[in-house]
Amino acid sequence: MSRKLMKDGRPRSPFSIVTMTILAIIWTIPTLGLLVTSFRTRDDAATSGWWTAFFNPFSAQWTTSNYQGAWTGADLSSGFINSIVVAIPATVIPIMFAAFAAYAFTFMDFPFKEFFFLLIIAVMVVPIQVAFQPMLNILGPRGLGISGQYIAVWLLHTGFGMPLCIYTLRNYMSTLPRSVVESAKIDGCSHFQTFWRLVAPMSIPAIAAFATLQFLWVWNDLLIAKLFLKSENTTVIVKLQQLLGTQGQGQELLTAGAFITIIVPMIVFVTLQRFMIRGMTSGAVKG
Amino acid sequence: MTADTSAAAPRQKMRVDDPGASLRAHPARIAIGLVGMLAVVWLLGNMFLAFGYYPEKFGSKFVIAILAIVGGVGGAALLFYFLNMFVEGLPRRLSEGVIPYAFVLPGLLLVGLMLIYPTFQTINYSFANSDSTAYVGFQNYKTIFSDPEFWQSVFNNILWLIIVPAAVVAFGVMVAVLADKLSATGEKVAKSMIFLPMAISAVGASAIWLLVYAYNNPGQAQTGLLNAIWVGLGGQPQTWLAIDTLKLNSILLMVILIWLQVGFAMVLLSSAIKGVPEDTVEAARIDGANEVQIFWRVIIPQIKGTIITVFVTVFIMVLKIFDIVYVTTNGAYGTNVIANLFFNKLFAASEAGQATAIVVVLLIAVTPLIWYQIKHFRDEEAGR
Repeated sequence: MSRKLMKDGRPRSPFSIVTMTILAIIWTIPTLGLLVTSFRTRDDAATSGWWTAFFNPFSAQWTTSNYQGAWTGADLSSGFINSIVVAIPATVIPIMFAAFAAYAFTFMDFPFKEFFFLLIIAVMVVPIQVAFQPMLNILGPRGLGISGQYIAVWLLHTGFGMPLCIYTLRNYMSTLPRSVVESAKIDGCSHFQTFWRLVAPMSIPAIAAFATLQFLWVWNDLLIAKLFLKSENTTVIVKLQQLLGTQGQGQELLTAGAFITIIVPMIVFVTLQRFMIRGMTSGAVKG
Repeated sequence: MTADTSAAAPRQKMRVDDPGASLRAHPARIAIGLVGMLAVVWLLGNMFLAFGYYPEKFGSKFVIAILAIVGGVGGAALLFYFLNMFVEGLPRRLSEGVIPYAFVLPGLLLVGLMLIYPTFQTINYSFANSDSTAYVGFQNYKTIFSDPEFWQSVFNNILWLIIVPAAVVAFGVMVAVLADKLSATGEKVAKSMIFLPMAISAVGASAIWLLVYAYNNPGQAQTGLLNAIWVGLGGQPQTWLAIDTLKLNSILLMVILIWLQVGFAMVLLSSAIKGVPEDTVEAARIDGANEVQIFWRVIIPQIKGTIITVFVTVFIMVLKIFDIVYVTTNGAYGTNVIANLFFNKLFAASEAGQATAIVVVLLIAVTPLIWYQIKHFRDEEAGR
């Protein structure tokens, strides 16, 4: 054999190594450009490409003032807090509702079960845009008057995340051994107890997977936050979008601002990637 | 058999010290459950109204933030607690029948309120005027169908639908297959680098790529990577997103979405490829097949199901593509798409009638996919 072998005995594939290296670099360069630019002074960034600073780090001017400017000046700090306040309940609440529903769909028999579940599958495809005008009326001043508040956005994210969450959790729960639930029933556990003590803890991998996806989805959402949050409650993504709209002045804050919006989902993503991959491979589509 | 004996049958299994437990109701539990549910809703409602009307009374934004998180999450948990108390207070035979609905209905009601009811209401509004106060027949449809911007958007959407899902799947398969041939560490690193953009919002991604597409006047140093390369090759700097010859600007926007989504496709396809039995590959190799033949004739047929799933998922996402176009060009230079047109009609123009008519068009476009989803689910259940 002329080809070299790897440690695990498979032949080394030079074509794969070269192609994958190029692809991985291409995929990383745009983000790297943003990161480097966010630490450059305004004049520096306007007069040369970020790669010049990257390759000659000692002749470039570095600064963290863009981050200070974006955080306080462009008021990303309040957007950041709002994003947290929006994202945490909008991740936890749908899981709570959906886990109960998924339990019933998996372990109970009741009239119209099949119909209800097909309904869930059907609405996963329905574009959420259908909801905006009717919900603006229901939640707005003509209705409940809570549009603009966090609770309005939680409700919307809960509703929109629900079909996917029920679907994912049910798929996972149906892989759990039925005998566990049945023996709990014989021991005299109510469904509520069986759910809390047995099924919910056993479903943690699927719950973590959906939680990661939903958190990223809520944090990164622009549409719902823009339509349903008033300006002092608005999220960091909407703030960034507004920053993008202002041309010329304050351009140097943009890159720092973008990085501030990216950092939290990035941390969540890296730490919970394992769960997320497992959740995604269980297969689901979001409407 | 009479009704009496069938009712008595379960009672025989009951413990001697608790006869009739299956029939007895617990009025206290029912009452506490009901009152509890109402109290939680009332308290939460007032708390949020207070946040809205008297934010200064709470001192700082942090206090409101923490109260809101605790109230929202805890409130939902309490609601379920009282609901369960209410259901368990009912006579057992009744509660056995009610429990499934107590578990399913809260979630279903939210889906009904947020997605099913609005679907019909949106269809309804699409026949009404700009603030949904009077019916105007098919006027909204006539207006949007005679608007060249609408057809431009439909055309662009179709272009996105042709290019993006196919490109995402092609890149995804390529990355998944090639990464599978790397060493364990190499595979992990390369996959993480390609997967990472999935965490980035469309707005953040647009900020990143606007930097790549940035334009400086000729003679100045180009700070955008694309122009720097272009000028380096001897070209003139271009305002890339304003060039709609051959839909170049739309394609450059599609690049952003492809960049975001390949990681998703890669993850699903990679796990499918790892599930391809090694002996099928080995058998083909012994029969003298080369790597290319193995790829097309052995691996691809075995991951076809996953390829279709990824394709459909990305297809549905692209159908509603909004953020990237809104943030970068807002539909200017011939890049508009349906969802962006909808948003501008709703948000900027306050034309609820036309906006909802546009959504109805979108709704009709996804209908075949609903049928596909249900069929896919049925097939999967049959294979379980």
